Amino acid sequence: MLEIKRITKTYGKLSAINGVSFRADYGETVGLLGPNGAGKTTTVSIIAGLLKPDSGEVLIENKRVKSDTDPVKLKIGLVPQDMALFEKLSARDNLTFFAALYALSGARVREAINETLSLVGLSDRAGDKVEAFSGGMKRRLNLAAALLHDPQILLLDEPTVGVDPQSRNAIFENLETLKKRGKTLLYTTHYMEEAERLCDRIVIIDHGEVIANDTLQGLHKLLPVTNVIAIELDNVDGLTPEKILNLPEVKSVQLEQNTLRIGVHDLSRGAPGVLRWLTDNGNSYYRVSSDQPDLETVFLTLTGRSLRDT
Amino acid sequence: MMIQFLALVRKDLKLFFTDRRAVVVGLLVPILCGSFFGYLFGGQKGTTETSKVPVLVIDQDESDISRALITQLSSDKNLDVKPSTLDAARDVVRKGKATAAVIIPKDFGRDAGQAFFRRARKPELDLFYDPSHALELAMVKGILSGAVMQTVSKEMFTGKSGRKLVSESLAQLDEIDMAPQDRTALRDLLNGVKKWNEQREISETLAQGEFSGGLTLPYETREQAITSGRNVEYNGYAHSFGGMGVQFILFMGLDVGIALLMLRQSGLWQRLRAAPLSRTMLLGSRAVSAALIAGFILLVLFGFARIVFGVHIQGSFLGFLGVCAAFSLMTAAFGLLIAALGETVEATRGYSIMATIIMVMLGGAWVPTFFFPMWLQKFTVIIPTRWAIDGLDGMTWRGLGFSSALAPIGVLLLFTILFGALAIVRFRWKAEG
Repeated sequence: MLEIKRITKTYGKLSAINGVSFRADYGETVGLLGPNGAGKTTTVSIIAGLLKPDSGEVLIENKRVKSDTDPVKLKIGLVPQDMALFEKLSARDNLTFFAALYALSGARVREAINETLSLVGLSDRAGDKVEAFSGGMKRRLNLAAALLHDPQILLLDEPTVGVDPQSRNAIFENLETLKKRGKTLLYTTHYMEEAERLCDRIVIIDHGEVIANDTLQGLHKLLPVTNVIAIELDNVDGLTPEKILNLPEVKSVQLEQNTLRIGVHDLSRGAPGVLRWLTDNGNSYYRVSSDQPDLETVFLTLTGRSLRDT
Repeated sequence: MMIQFLALVRKDLKLFFTDRRAVVVGLLVPILCGSFFGYLFGGQKGTTETSKVPVLVIDQDESDISRALITQLSSDKNLDVKPSTLDAARDVVRKGKATAAVIIPKDFGRDAGQAFFRRARKPELDLFYDPSHALELAMVKGILSGAVMQTVSKEMFTGKSGRKLVSESLAQLDEIDMAPQDRTALRDLLNGVKKWNEQREISETLAQGEFSGGLTLPYETREQAITSGRNVEYNGYAHSFGGMGVQFILFMGLDVGIALLMLRQSGLWQRLRAAPLSRTMLLGSRAVSAALIAGFILLVLFGFARIVFGVHIQGSFLGFLGVCAAFSLMTAAFGLLIAALGETVEATRGYSIMATIIMVMLGGAWVPTFFFPMWLQKFTVIIPTRWAIDGLDGMTWRGLGFSSALAPIGVLLLFTILFGALAIVRFRWKAEG
């Protein structure tokens, strides 16, 4: 469906992206994950035809976009990171205009507008000027504007930036609906939890290069541990974390104040031994929990840096 | 293609007309400025009164001649003459409340009379003037010369002091150092004047009927404004509304350019570029919508000028529409050029305002180009606004035919092509931000 092959883009001496390749199939949601400045927006801009790559190619249903007016562009709907709406016009006027850009007219426009407004839950606000909308409503209308011509591929460039949790949830529900309808979504974000919730596959990009491209499960396999046990201790007197590392199944140990985080491959085999060892050594505990490592940990493992610190 | 093009144009028009306050201000300001400048530059002839030049007169002579001179000056329709004193006059002129003050010195009448027929010391008329009114000073001096000549000559030929002076001059004639033949001629002249005066005393009525005004200019001018027709008066509002229309439409073009620069930094630009639209369509639609708005503003301005100030399209209406359309297109292309050459919004706004003001100024929008020095009048033909204003003048108050509109239309369209081509070549298509 969408295939990106070794695309490269430089601005002067600065390399924005370098040999980025990945693909997204029909109905697949691919997350393009990376910190700010990693090259996500440049990649999306090249796919949308806003920028020409220095090398490499973008194929949409095995076709390259050859010109500004190439009909292949009809397959794509772009949701820019910045709000792309006319504040002084009503929601319906905005959508009428964007529909016309894709040569929709007459009854098709009305149907498309009604359907997209209904999808994003703004039917009752169709006649209101956009300037009167909340940030979350504008984001939803921004999404609707990209759906009018019923594109197969939807490019979403950080579509939830600056919205409240409720609106973010509403946008996720919209996207899940689209996913169910078989749309191919390319979702760029630097929020791990968004990628984890929505994406079938995640492409991690850093410094303009793809450093991982796999399903969530596949990415977890890159990690040295599959489970983390968090143990909150009553006291840490005399505790030597290095000794815990010698216990069977234990792969990593980290002590933060009175919380001990222990990475293990097999939870059922590793956890009892650790708890017994703590009791035997006089370090009583009052709470134990376990979790799988998140994408943040994956990014940390792959780059050596925390995603939000970069 | 057409659906997309029309949608782009319609959107621009909708955005323009949605902001009603901006529309009202955008029309009101040029109307106010046009009305003001039109009034200053003559307004509707016949309905406005030309302001008189304020002049003070200090009469230190208090002779028949000085009193007659003041009466003569006061009767001039271009002057507002008031008596004053030396100190007060100096103060009033310094404050700019009077353009000039004429000081008639003591013995002016006697000395002027003597200097009229023979080589005697000429009396001096002091003139205080406001240096910021140099043009008016020239007019005052001209009127003063005529009035002095008429008053003194009248007194010499018909007045009592004139008769006395003629007799005195005849008595002193032999003492004057001059060639014998000149002396003889002057004696004959003075005797002739004396004889004339004696005869006039016998027949007062004859003298009044045939020679009562002294020496005057031997001609009178008959002024006729050459406008579109014999009975059509010049209407200053026609020029001022054309000039102000051109100015504010250029500013509108500047806004179009700045808005395009800002658009390029927004998500909207990404969305437009992601759609299957050609670059020509994106810029072309912008140019067409800007030209339509410019045309609308021009038509509203001239509509207002017609209703309120009686400005008529005395020449070719088609030519008028052609000049309006060509100038509107030129403005739109100018806006695109600003967007193409601009780096940042702030810097672009600064230099494009400067460029606009220069074009407006040199085009004759503020002051008609005939006030310019000749070299500047020749130079300004390279300024597109000059052609627009000349074209509008030609089609309005000058009442010229369509053929006279062809040159302005042609030149404006050439500028449109030049600006448009430069804009397309230099436009940075990459989204910014």
